[in-house]
Amino acid sequence: MSAYLIRRLLYALPILVGVNVITFLLFFVVNTPDDMARMQLGERHVTQEAIDKWKAERGYDRPLFWNGAASGFEQATDTLFIRSTVRLFTFDFGRSDGGRDIGGDLRQRMGPSLAIAVPVLLLQLVAALGWALVIAWLRGSRLDVASALVCVAMMSVSGLFYIIGGQYLVAKLWRLVPISGYDYGLASIKFLVLPVVIGMLIALGPNVRWYRTIFLEEMGREYVRMARAKGLSDARVLFVHVLRNALIPILTGVVVLLPSLFLGALITEAFFAIPGLGSYTIDALQAQDFAIVRTMVFLGSLLYIVGLLLTDLSYVVADPRVRLQ
Amino acid sequence: MLVVASSMIAACDGIWRGPWNNPYPAAEAGANILYTTFQERPKHLDPVSSYSENEAMITSQVYEPLVQYHFLERPYTLVPLTATAVPSAIYYDAHGQTLPVDAPDASVARAVYRISIRPGIRFQPHPAFARTADGRYRYHGEGATHVPVARAPTDFPAADTRELKAADYVYQIKRLAHPRLHSPIASLMGRYIIGLDALAARLQADVSATGFLDLRGYDFEGARVLDDYTFEITLGERYPQFVYWLAMPFFAPVPWEADRFYAEPGMAARNLTLDWYPVGTGPYLLRENNPNRRMVLARNPNFHGEAYPTEGEATDAADGLLADAGKALPFIDEIHFMLEKEDIPEWGKFLQGWYDISPIAADGFDQAIRFGPDGRPELTPEMQAKRMKLAVATQPSIVYLGFNLLDPVVGGDRPRARALRQALSIAVDIEEMISIFSNGRGIPAHGPIPPGIFGHREGTAGINRVVYDWVDGRPVRKPLARAEALMVEAGYPGGRDPATGRPLALYFDAFAFGPDYKPLFNWYRKQFAKLGVQLVVRMTDYNRFQDKMRTGTAQIYGWGWNADYPDPENFLFLLYGPHGKVKHQGENASNYASAAFDRDYLRMRSLPNGPARQALIDRMITRVRRDAPWIWGTHPQAYSLFHAWYANGKANMMARNTLKYRRLDATRRAELRQAWNRPVLTPLIVAGAALAVIVALAWRTQRRRSMRTPT
Repeated sequence: MSAYLIRRLLYALPILVGVNVITFLLFFVVNTPDDMARMQLGERHVTQEAIDKWKAERGYDRPLFWNGAASGFEQATDTLFIRSTVRLFTFDFGRSDGGRDIGGDLRQRMGPSLAIAVPVLLLQLVAALGWALVIAWLRGSRLDVASALVCVAMMSVSGLFYIIGGQYLVAKLWRLVPISGYDYGLASIKFLVLPVVIGMLIALGPNVRWYRTIFLEEMGREYVRMARAKGLSDARVLFVHVLRNALIPILTGVVVLLPSLFLGALITEAFFAIPGLGSYTIDALQAQDFAIVRTMVFLGSLLYIVGLLLTDLSYVVADPRVRLQ
Repeated sequence: MLVVASSMIAACDGIWRGPWNNPYPAAEAGANILYTTFQERPKHLDPVSSYSENEAMITSQVYEPLVQYHFLERPYTLVPLTATAVPSAIYYDAHGQTLPVDAPDASVARAVYRISIRPGIRFQPHPAFARTADGRYRYHGEGATHVPVARAPTDFPAADTRELKAADYVYQIKRLAHPRLHSPIASLMGRYIIGLDALAARLQADVSATGFLDLRGYDFEGARVLDDYTFEITLGERYPQFVYWLAMPFFAPVPWEADRFYAEPGMAARNLTLDWYPVGTGPYLLRENNPNRRMVLARNPNFHGEAYPTEGEATDAADGLLADAGKALPFIDEIHFMLEKEDIPEWGKFLQGWYDISPIAADGFDQAIRFGPDGRPELTPEMQAKRMKLAVATQPSIVYLGFNLLDPVVGGDRPRARALRQALSIAVDIEEMISIFSNGRGIPAHGPIPPGIFGHREGTAGINRVVYDWVDGRPVRKPLARAEALMVEAGYPGGRDPATGRPLALYFDAFAFGPDYKPLFNWYRKQFAKLGVQLVVRMTDYNRFQDKMRTGTAQIYGWGWNADYPDPENFLFLLYGPHGKVKHQGENASNYASAAFDRDYLRMRSLPNGPARQALIDRMITRVRRDAPWIWGTHPQAYSLFHAWYANGKANMMARNTLKYRRLDATRRAELRQAWNRPVLTPLIVAGAALAVIVALAWRTQRRRSMRTPT
């Protein structure tokens, strides 16, 4: 398994470089360094001289990929791409184009993002698994039919509707929690209740249907009939044997989601004024802050690679028959 | 476990004391704190580079320039703030002889502003001023190692202050030329302040990438200290509008100690910069700057004191705006700017009483405002029941559709092109646009100068006779037949291009895109179609839009301007030829060029407000109305709502330092918040009961199945 892990980690390097090249190209196709300077310096009374100075201070006056004016090896290295990319691989994210320490911002904003994403994932997992097991258990009943209707209805509604509707009903009309905002420590609880419940509801419909399908497939297998024939209760068959054997497809969907926990939920954070990494990325895109954008894309791709690796490892844990080679 | 559970319960009790939806700590209930919002973090709080509206909301409360706008009087009037009088220039000729105020511009070689400031003003407490027992600065020179965990100036154990001196103003003027600070007005001021450009060149040669550059050692003619409380600014020509710049944070004093303090190694890496934590003499200091959640202004304990104005407009006394006349400012202890990214939650929290003031979101407009029989806006019964108040003010700005006068079809000074622009100006029904897309929040523009600025004329004397007639005491848009006749003059009868026989196609470049703007663009198409003209909308992002404007490839475009200061020059310069966007990278986006207009502009710029200036402005405006480089568009109106407990809410569209005048009745607010925010528990009970029923049904279904005999 060690060889497998090392091989997968080595594969990650060209993927990360590739992602950086694509990010770089896409960003600079849409924005020029002059545009970025204007965005930072403001619109009024900005001269080309001020723009040139701003670019020179941040290294945006360098050629993107090839520096013909340099000599030797520096023709390739004294470029905007190499200078900005190499630092990322040492996890030195530097300062944003607006002058802020990106590492400090990431540390500060990761907490709020996780404070929403982790409870949403866990609660949604528990609720979806529990609901799916029950309706799989009661398959064909009126509750199963009603449940299918409810799930399809939940899947058909846009996430934005849940957010606005939830804020309107729960926070504005019933006044049970604050409409939006954030605080630190225990004081954050009252701000998190609504976004967490809404985040859970948004994903609940499709996941219940998917898990139900997985459970029904498992329930038709020989070992389930054998367990029942041996006199095990339905509950024990479902919650112990079926659940465990259905874990591999469930883990495939869940573990790969873990990186996104760190990256935040874009719309939820904006509507609930949660200062997480999702709104950080959106703000950076709006401000054309390339330093932050490239950092967030780099972290996103890195975490995704780690997530896929964790998924593979989780198979070994869930099913001892699986071998990674 | 018990201890953890107890502490959690205790903490939650503290959090949930009072209304359940209270977004603030329970300890703040009843405190004299103003709660308002921000959507986007300010980029710059250093007064040398801060220029945006959301930045001014902070910097204007912390920094004190020499002069300020009178809070109540209209038209907008400058009054002294830290200066002993509103500065005025003494003019000298090339030989150093004093000139009369109305001397010809050409004879003026220098304009000298000799300015005195009031003694006894002190800076806010700050570690930059802290000294050791032997008189050395405690945090200068040894780096940020003093408090390795410091994330804010308040984390440093020692702080001190000192008196404001004339040298602090001169120091800030030198900072305009600092190459690392990128002041947006450096090049503009370099044209006027003698020696500023040369100073910039010297600093460029001496500056390093990091570290402190002591500007005190760089003397220059443009700004000189005469004594502790007096200094001079010298301009190379007459520039009467300069005094308005002295009311902006660009000319607020910055102590050299602050620059020195923040230049310590390690400070910038921890976001400890003057761009993040300002150091001023104003009524408030920035205690907390966490743009991820909130920014907190707290009362400056060293504030020199100021009294609420005793005079205002004629209606101010009746509106209760003089009830606090003569009382000491500021009234409010703290101001909390809370992060709100979206309008809908902000509006909801305002209605619940968690914010004291609010703009009216588009989604909430119908809920808040209705128009009376006389067409005037008034509050809906729901808002009246909450005793809210509405403030309406016309913004000193204009939003317009411009023609690129370098364009071969719509541009140029040819009578045909002019007739085309005039025809389109008549066809685009601005009144309808304001009604549909702005909820009536705006007034049609008849020229570039908004109401409230000298040069604007009301009534029949102020209407644009190219587009309007005066009928029954009000302006009425000319009939479409007049526009059609103009289209014939323009060579496009029925809107058809004789060269092709097809409808004339014109191109509108817009930087707004997305579904929200589609109805507006469709409306524009319909307006042009009235004359048979086909309007092609080319949507693009703002970067590409600016490129088109710089290179002159746009044909028709939409843009706007918000006044820097309340002087007609600040609007008429948008049409001054030597400010053309394409040739001179100026702000004349239409590239309008008229020798007669430019001559009048130069003369008007130097004149004091009075009949002679008004006559010149009238002539200039008549000319541009005829030439129609813009479809004049609208002067937007700002509607803001505030609660009954919020006093002195008069809108001042030029001043940004108005928070010191506002007053709150925090006790009344706490009572109303409590009454408005009682939780509704019925839905929770219903939801719980429904869940119990579902569980019971599931249990019964399973029980029935297990009881069923297998077949």
